[in-house]
Amino acid sequence: MSVLLIAEHNNKEVKSFTLNAITAASQIDQDLHVLLIGHNADDVAKSLSEVPLVKKVLHMDNEIYENYIAENYTSAILKHADKYSHIVCSANTFGKNLMPRIAALLDISQVSDIIKVIAPDTFLRPIYAGNAFATVKSNDEKKCITIRPTSFEAAETTGGSAEIEKVDAADKTENTKFVNREEIKSDRPELGTARIVISGGRGLQSGENFKLITDVADKLNAAIGASRAAVDAGYITNEHQVGQTGKVVVPDLYIAVGISGAIQHLAGMKESKVIVAINKDGEAPIFSVADYGLEADLFEALPQFLEELNKLNTIQK
Amino acid sequence: MKILVAVKRVIDYNVQIRVKEDGSGVVTDNVKMSTNPPDDNAIEEAVKIKEAGKASEIIAVTVGEEKAQETVRKALAVGADRGIHIKVDSVLEPLAVSKILKKIVEKENPDLVFMGKQAIDDDCNQTGQMLAAHLNWPQATFASKIEVKENSLEVTREVDEGLETIEVNTPAIVTCDLRLNEPRYASLPNIMKAKKKPIEQINASDLGVDTNPRIEHIKIEEPPKRKAGIKVASVEELVQKLKNEAKVI
Repeated sequence: MSVLLIAEHNNKEVKSFTLNAITAASQIDQDLHVLLIGHNADDVAKSLSEVPLVKKVLHMDNEIYENYIAENYTSAILKHADKYSHIVCSANTFGKNLMPRIAALLDISQVSDIIKVIAPDTFLRPIYAGNAFATVKSNDEKKCITIRPTSFEAAETTGGSAEIEKVDAADKTENTKFVNREEIKSDRPELGTARIVISGGRGLQSGENFKLITDVADKLNAAIGASRAAVDAGYITNEHQVGQTGKVVVPDLYIAVGISGAIQHLAGMKESKVIVAINKDGEAPIFSVADYGLEADLFEALPQFLEELNKLNTIQK
Repeated sequence: MKILVAVKRVIDYNVQIRVKEDGSGVVTDNVKMSTNPPDDNAIEEAVKIKEAGKASEIIAVTVGEEKAQETVRKALAVGADRGIHIKVDSVLEPLAVSKILKKIVEKENPDLVFMGKQAIDDDCNQTGQMLAAHLNWPQATFASKIEVKENSLEVTREVDEGLETIEVNTPAIVTCDLRLNEPRYASLPNIMKAKKKPIEQINASDLGVDTNPRIEHIKIEEPPKRKAGIKVASVEELVQKLKNEAKVI
């Protein structure tokens, strides 16, 4: 048995969720190889080779991989698939887009979004927005697996010295072209990996009012999340959405402000270690998962919250 | 241009899921069923494209048990022209569904196939990408904006970092995100009209597709419950609790 993990990166750095996926992959089998498909990504290859859990890095470098196109990645991965018992990657928009295309061409029934490795063929995964957990056993000879990154610790990034093997590029599709990416640059921690997340919902009533959230986020060095309602209403952009079809977050502290707590939102945050809910509706379902609930008008509570935080001598970063 | 839209019947998104005590699955008896929410976006988008004069026919297809026909009927009520119901007796894995849909695509020759990005029951997020692979068509997943061009689509996709735009040549598969559009409600006259629209029924077993499960469900259980929390009386108390009790700030 050996595992092939597909790295996500931007040709400069490894994306952090790949490090979580590496931890999960190494629990399937220790003979873990990473396939890096990119262009001018030598630094990424080097940093992957320094991850102690990685035994080998396959580096495919070609200008056709300047941007991630699932079709091009798929033909690249299929060139190497036969040598591995498992093909894995993270279950974020990168891996969700990619893995089924590979699985179908290998005639494998994919196991999506696992949260635990029980055995090399048996996994735990949430279904119904996390309202049920399924223990599933894959009977395909080879397995295609995507990994929920927030359910596994990030792998250590230093101390390893895996071999880097250069491998040839595969075919390029003519049918899909990358046009552009609107990436919102931010100095804040990433939503998926932040220690503290503060999220706003419909209760904020406008995009301008999100400033109340950002002020607290600045103070706590927190990432900013949102409910689907807030994103749909245009208060904030889509990459902030937490929930069943948005991002799943597991911070040490999750503060839900003006969020009623629909099942779909809870699916994205209810594994957080400590949950705070601030809502003026005492019956809101969010209180059923909150460790600390404050029934209050957020427009009064948030400025007060910031004031109280300012009074503290120290704040953990 | 012909658009095929795949829809799935699932437990309604508002229903509180209950897990069966014997660990075999979740309770579905007497539970409200609906169209998988992003599949509604897929139908809506197809209808909008047809209304803009860029599509000639919309076919709604589902793979499911007898009652899944209701889901096709609903698609007809919001603007699909005809339906196809592939009858199956058991719940199929996305791999099997994608193989069935491939057969339908080969029969109907659509220029586009739309479906939701993910079903809210099994949360697999696989079928569209798998169908694209079987057909060797380009895929545009998580679409929040679609612009129809001559022989191609420009699709804006919701990705972790923000938004990404790609151009895919047709024929192509698009999986739809919830912000693609605002699905309309079916009007009563249209619901009546939909009753007269044809739904072709096909037995999955007649399609010559291997639908045997590859994944064994060993156990379905309830997730661990969170310990009940407390209500705090003031912001001051909240901050003290977070600092001294939870020790997270």
